Amino acid sequence: MTDEIVAGTVTITGHGGDELEAYLAKPTDPTPRGGVVVIHHMPGYDAATKEMVRRFAVEGYNALCPNLYTREAPGADPDDAAATVRAAGGVPDDRLVGDVSGAADYLRALENANGRIGVIGHCSGGRQAFLSGCSLDLDAAVDCYGAFVVNDPPEAMKQMKPLLGLAPQLSCPLLGLFGADDQFPGPDEVAVLAAELEKLGKEHEFHTYAGAGHSFFSVDRPSYRPEAAKDGWERIFDFYSRTLTA
Amino acid sequence: MCTYLTEKFALEGSGKGARGWFRLNEGTVYVDHPVHAPYGHTVNIDFRNPGLGASARVALELTEEDALALADAIHAAVKSAPAGLASRNQ
Repeated sequence: MTDEIVAGTVTITGHGGDELEAYLAKPTDPTPRGGVVVIHHMPGYDAATKEMVRRFAVEGYNALCPNLYTREAPGADPDDAAATVRAAGGVPDDRLVGDVSGAADYLRALENANGRIGVIGHCSGGRQAFLSGCSLDLDAAVDCYGAFVVNDPPEAMKQMKPLLGLAPQLSCPLLGLFGADDQFPGPDEVAVLAAELEKLGKEHEFHTYAGAGHSFFSVDRPSYRPEAAKDGWERIFDFYSRTLTA
Repeated sequence: MCTYLTEKFALEGSGKGARGWFRLNEGTVYVDHPVHAPYGHTVNIDFRNPGLGASARVALELTEEDALALADAIHAAVKSAPAGLASRNQ
């Protein structure tokens, strides 16, 4: 038993067979373990996201974050890449699913993989984590304040569709972590999603934190809420300990 | 929230980025999380030249009051100069 991890950039195969840059962190211990696909937020494949990837490895999981902006901005700074992809209209949903699928395949092929895969995303990545759970055969999904899962996005965001209609295809338990003061998604949107999952008999666990708004996990932003984030991390690891253990 | 909504327009001019001056041909304006400014959300303005790669970008992250003050200042500066002095067709 060792607490050693290794982390660094790898190349994975994403949607359409495209080669993508990805950040991998994994324990060196050969004991079989679950894998977590970390979907970066809209500001990109940044230092804060890579820190999350390493945290999953420290907690005993193989973790991998594909750079969803590799195609448009190879080698660019995360903020420049995010600006480029935003100007081009964002990441299409089908491409996102293909990239997450490629990341899951990479994790399943690791020597110390137990075959179980979870996904997690924050903000835009929260919506994409739900989308992934409804589109791929996964073992766990964590949606941290993903907007436009239930409600229609504003008129100008025509390329983005609500995802509630996909809920019958949700393949895995869903953990949802939300802020009571968030408007995107607001508590009403979260309640509609919870009711739909209840109706469908889909296993889910939602927590909404008082005094927290959007991005309460972000330690480098004014929206950071230590109490909510601390409890949220505990919920995430409790959830994965139940869902990603073979 | 990630607003996703981006106002985009074509432009002509030059900007100075990390590697010096370069020609610009596109501007984008959006309200979203900043990378550096100490706020949850800001008005983000990018001046870009996509043909030169993603790094060909001059970026601003301003509060909405200051972004609107910038717009007013631009109007005032242009108005105070002879009409057409800085026009594309000068």
